[in-house]
Amino acid sequence: MAKTMKLTLNIWRQKGGTDPGRFERHELSDVSEHMSFLEMLDVLNEKLLAEGKDPVAFDHDCREGICGMCGMVINGRPHGPQEATTTCQLHMRQFHDGDEITIEPWRATAFPVIKDLVVNRGAFDRIIQAGGYISVRTGAARDANEIPVPKPDADLAMDAAQCIGCGACVAACPNASANLFVAAKLAHLSLLPQGQPERYDRVRKMVAQMDAEGFGHCTNHYECMAACPKEIDVEFIAKMNRDMLKAMVGERDEVASRKK
Amino acid sequence: MQLDSKAPSGPIETRWDRHRFEMKLVNPANRRKFRVIVVGTGLAGGAGAASLGEMGYNVLSFCYQDSPRRAHSIAAQGGINAAKNYQNDGDSVFRLFYDTVKGGDFRSRESNVHRLAQVSVNIIDQCVAQGVPFAREYGGLLDNRSFGGAQVSRTFYARGQTGQQLLLGAYQALERQVESGSVKMNARTEMMDLIVIDGVARGIVTRDMVSGKIEAHLADAVVLATGGYGNAFFLSTNAKGCNTTAIWRAHRRGALFANPCFTQIHPTCIPPSGDYQSKLTLMSESLRNDGRVWVPKSADDCGKDPSSIPEKDRDYYLERLYPSFGNLVPRDIASRRAKEVCDDGRGVGPKVEGVRRGVYLDFRDSIKRLGEKVVRERYGNLFDMYERITGENPYKVPMRIYPATHYTMGGLWVDYNLMSTIPGLFVAGEANFSDHGANRLGASALMQGLSDGYFVLPYVLGNYLAQTKLEKIDDGHAEVKKTVAEVQERIDKLLSMGGKRTPDSFHRELGALIWDNCGMARNGKNLQKAIDRIPELRAEFWSNLLVTGGGEELNQTLEKAGRLADFMELGELMCRDALARDESCGCHFREEHVTAEGEAQREDDQFMHVAAWEYSGDVSKPTLHKEKLEYEFVKPSQRSYK
Repeated sequence: MAKTMKLTLNIWRQKGGTDPGRFERHELSDVSEHMSFLEMLDVLNEKLLAEGKDPVAFDHDCREGICGMCGMVINGRPHGPQEATTTCQLHMRQFHDGDEITIEPWRATAFPVIKDLVVNRGAFDRIIQAGGYISVRTGAARDANEIPVPKPDADLAMDAAQCIGCGACVAACPNASANLFVAAKLAHLSLLPQGQPERYDRVRKMVAQMDAEGFGHCTNHYECMAACPKEIDVEFIAKMNRDMLKAMVGERDEVASRKK
Repeated sequence: MQLDSKAPSGPIETRWDRHRFEMKLVNPANRRKFRVIVVGTGLAGGAGAASLGEMGYNVLSFCYQDSPRRAHSIAAQGGINAAKNYQNDGDSVFRLFYDTVKGGDFRSRESNVHRLAQVSVNIIDQCVAQGVPFAREYGGLLDNRSFGGAQVSRTFYARGQTGQQLLLGAYQALERQVESGSVKMNARTEMMDLIVIDGVARGIVTRDMVSGKIEAHLADAVVLATGGYGNAFFLSTNAKGCNTTAIWRAHRRGALFANPCFTQIHPTCIPPSGDYQSKLTLMSESLRNDGRVWVPKSADDCGKDPSSIPEKDRDYYLERLYPSFGNLVPRDIASRRAKEVCDDGRGVGPKVEGVRRGVYLDFRDSIKRLGEKVVRERYGNLFDMYERITGENPYKVPMRIYPATHYTMGGLWVDYNLMSTIPGLFVAGEANFSDHGANRLGASALMQGLSDGYFVLPYVLGNYLAQTKLEKIDDGHAEVKKTVAEVQERIDKLLSMGGKRTPDSFHRELGALIWDNCGMARNGKNLQKAIDRIPELRAEFWSNLLVTGGGEELNQTLEKAGRLADFMELGELMCRDALARDESCGCHFREEHVTAEGEAQREDDQFMHVAAWEYSGDVSKPTLHKEKLEYEFVKPSQRSYK
């Protein structure tokens, strides 16, 4: 028989951007240890609905830990207590009977709250728009095997490319910095030969957009890496900074300025 | 209605190339004058919108997620097929074509499938150029693996996250076009209806999911790339938001719905653990390479600790029934056999609603043979995921698996140009019906999505736009106003019933009905039962639904209710289609049509056709149209896996 528990939930409720918001307390019993965290919230929402109340709004979609849509701060930790696990993959066996759980949205100026636990992460898309791609026209590609990529480079690029864009790194950072997200995309592309032509231009543009969005600076707390459900390494931030330095003071900048 | 597939004739190898040459082009300078709507940002929609934007069309892209990067293509694990023959193991475009037609159990269109096999090669080139970090060999070249029982290694992969990496490639290409101004992105925006003027698709009506604003968007052509309808079953491996609304609304506006009963059930999913279950998680079927499937011989042993059950009391039923393929039989067979043993009372794991739904997938022997280290290298990620979800360690305790709905081969009917029966309405990816017949092979969903998006839509859209003269319309057009008003009315109705039952409670009941009667095994009696029951449930839905909150805010209950309203109608059509198709083929297993070996018995003389359903104005009285299928290049044969 599955164990069940009784929980007290303190959930952030906020009608919209202008509402100051507040915590709301709910008791929930008969929570099975095999439920996922989001299923526990589903059960709460069914209960609220039956009482004629407004259910708690939260983002979620694949519930397999890959789409990056879900994310909430659980007892002060983005995605909750289990390492390398998104909120949707977190299961209630990580909690105990009688626990009190505090649930909040990502908190960052650049991620304004839309409602309850739902935030606007459009800033991430705009950073990608600024240069997070390789410019290649559909149909213009040469044979895939004409570009050999050393396996260690491809593997490292894949480590960085695993980022799901959930924003936990920002929520975990005391400065609400987006360095880990930006650095992961930059590393993915700059580790591959295909990414070289736009490498330094890309870092300048993406970092400029990150700053424009109102994310804070990185001061090496490494909270981002601890919260990242895909365990993206902060080493990539160092790599981004090296590229940024080269882009700013190196000869490539001179080449660029001569072109103007 | 006469269904014209517009498939070219002549030698199969040259059909697409010839057709491409014959299609009309739009002058580059004129392309920006055409506006194209693309709904959905998965592999088909994302790649399509990016490619059309790059060509210079004025593109409006829509998705219900908060970012186009989250479309459910992202969850595909295994890989993508391409006939590159990099392994020099005898692969070719023709072999991929042949395997796909045969795998679809002779219910797909040869011309479409050959085109798919042909452009598969370009897809890999395109993705590598975009920086997709596919797995590589030590020499730096691309690695391949054999997948889903294929006899050649033609599957390209990026760890267990191939879908994610391909989607991010398409997403990045799309964002590049957003930056350039050729694509306007509308996230958190859901399509509610299609605008058809003088029989031609001219736009869509959307709801802004944050503000609740209902709005019309007009265009010269509309592309639906909105994915499959597996969530009709409530429990499936689809993302929670996946829905049928876009294609179902288009169906109600005149687009024919083809083969709705063709739904693929994947055998290796984690079984439900309780009545709160919200979705099912798939694990790569590569697990079947080293895991052995079994259940206890006696129902009395099913509640016991599996390690206490001696070898002689275990039934390795796949190895027993299929000595040559064993645990590697195709998805539909593995799924059906698992259902049978559980129906027989020999399932394992917790009882959910009184029945144990699970079979063991046991790695004990592989760990003994290969060592835990090798097994960890091969499947470590999957084992970790399994443990996170179930709390059980699969190195010590056998995994439990059970089939779940995974993919829908059916969808809107399209011709060779991916155009539906409504001129100007194109359908791409899983949302259309065209390439997989009655059963999809592993690693070919990603292939089809990208094929449609990168390499088919850009040509067929141009061909249509170059030949079509459209009247100028604006928001004031009577038909636009009427469609917007209908959408508003429907939302008001959903909000105003003041009933007692939540959308999820209705959806669970509908899903269970379809799963029990139109799932892995079907028969006339049960299908009729579901067909009788669904309209009753639908009537209750429209009178006893409980939705709180208003329409002019973020309201996730309202979103669910709107999507469910359409599943309530589609569900009935799925059952009607399954009842009308009085044969077994691929995933569609009718218990009345079984070979002596217990396998699917096709009735080619009566059913070698696409069943395309027309909405008649009454959901319960759809009109059936048939597109006859012809096999000039692959001779129909009976599958055998004994």
